[in-house]
Amino acid sequence: MTLTRRNMLAISSSTLAMAAMGALPAFASLTEDAIAAFTGGAEVAEGGVTLTSPEIAENGNTVPIGVDAPGAAEITLFADGNPVPNVATFKFGPMSASRSASTRIRLATTQNVIAVAKMEDGSFQMAKAEVKVTIGGCGG
Amino acid sequence: MASGVKPRVKVPKTAAAGETITIKTLISHKMESGQRKDDDGNIIPRSIINRFTADFNGNNVIDVAMEPAISTNPYFQFDAVVPETGEFKFTWYDDDGDIYETAKSITVS
Amino acid sequence: MVLRRFLIASAICAAGTATAQDNNTLTVEGEAMVTEVAAPAHMENVDTLYSGWRFRSPETQYLQTDDFENPAMVFVDKAIDLWEKVDGTENMACASCHADVAEFKGLRPTLPRVQDGELVAMEDLVNNCRTERMGAEPWEWSKGKMTSMTALISLQSRGMPVDVAIDGEAAPFWEQGKELYYTRVGQLDMSCSNCHENNYGVMIRADHLSQGQINGFPTYRLKNAKLNSTHGRFKGCMKNIRATPFAEGGPEFKALELYLASRGQGLSVESPSVRN
Repeated sequence: MTLTRRNMLAISSSTLAMAAMGALPAFASLTEDAIAAFTGGAEVAEGGVTLTSPEIAENGNTVPIGVDAPGAAEITLFADGNPVPNVATFKFGPMSASRSASTRIRLATTQNVIAVAKMEDGSFQMAKAEVKVTIGGCGG
Repeated sequence: MASGVKPRVKVPKTAAAGETITIKTLISHKMESGQRKDDDGNIIPRSIINRFTADFNGNNVIDVAMEPAISTNPYFQFDAVVPETGEFKFTWYDDDGDIYETAKSITVS
Repeated sequence: MVLRRFLIASAICAAGTATAQDNNTLTVEGEAMVTEVAAPAHMENVDTLYSGWRFRSPETQYLQTDDFENPAMVFVDKAIDLWEKVDGTENMACASCHADVAEFKGLRPTLPRVQDGELVAMEDLVNNCRTERMGAEPWEWSKGKMTSMTALISLQSRGMPVDVAIDGEAAPFWEQGKELYYTRVGQLDMSCSNCHENNYGVMIRADHLSQGQINGFPTYRLKNAKLNSTHGRFKGCMKNIRATPFAEGGPEFKALELYLASRGQGLSVESPSVRN
């Protein structure tokens, strides 16, 4: 391809566009965006977080989930197949005895539940588990 | 006031000083997600409890930011440390501005 | 050759047992529940009765073992409030005549039953009190106030064996209910027995088919996160078969309720239970 001025302009503007998008990959998913918003784009290491969830959810309307991350200041739960990935953020106060909480959540379809913990030292840890969400018989 | 909203909390009546206790809370609330459509095909607007806090004698135990993915009749279980006799206060904040509260006392032996 | 036959045989065995009801035992607040009992003589095609609890996932089963984990209990709390609430022209509450709801222990296992020649369900008894004695409006059969009240009253009998009368005055209603149970309806042309007698234990898509017992009603279903009445469930089942449902509170559903209760004879009342 001959290097015309038009070509030069096209190449440089697309490069600028790419650079402007920052550290995120070109087609970041909704969940990755949500996690990045929580972590400020910082690196998230796997481990240090225990996520309790069923392998198969009897009903996606009410799925029991537990999280435990010793040393965490707050933990956010995400569901990467839900229309809105954020599920809840647990912020632990001075009277909290453990960095753990349980709740019941809605899952629209089979997907990953992701727990990201912001540790007291500012670092981030995570755990991920797939929960299969099934369809009942008779459409009921 | 969103109608028929009723809290239900489980707190032990007594504890030793400094003991860890488990608290369970539930509140009856539809948690309308904003994803459902009515019979005419219009989106039913979101109307959920968006925040839950638990405090002991004025100090925070836990503060939960809630999204529509929390199930109907939101349930939370968490641990608290009990340094002295006092009162737990539980507060739920509704999208529509209503605030639901309940309290439970605990005696330190 | 022998190995291949053995492998096939064991695969079939595994497939059969893998979807049958599990062997878990149910204890609610320390009280053991009977979830498995020999079928009564009038059931020719079933040997053993199993509570619906036995067909649910471990997470769902767990929710019923503790009165705080059980999401239905917040509705029982609401019914306790309603018990004290004055309602109607006579300025009375349930509590005006019935000091303690515990006096209704033993009622739930016998319902529905014949009274003055009519088959009555618990909802009828509640509404009779409301309209005849309180001068209050009747509650809708499957809406929140009624289901929470039937949950509260049924709870008083939790752990007691289901024991309905099917002879004497009850016989014609029971026969009607039995006939309904075995009659195919709807565009899908299916009867209750097709699923709940011939195929309990089998998976229908990802749903584990139960015997269709009603010993745990009203039940908190995870699917709609609220208490469901028996007639509400019958209606839903009929709609799933693409049949026009009978009316809630009507004679057909009450007869069916009596027949189904008799198919659970001996199982513990589990109300309010938790199902999917």
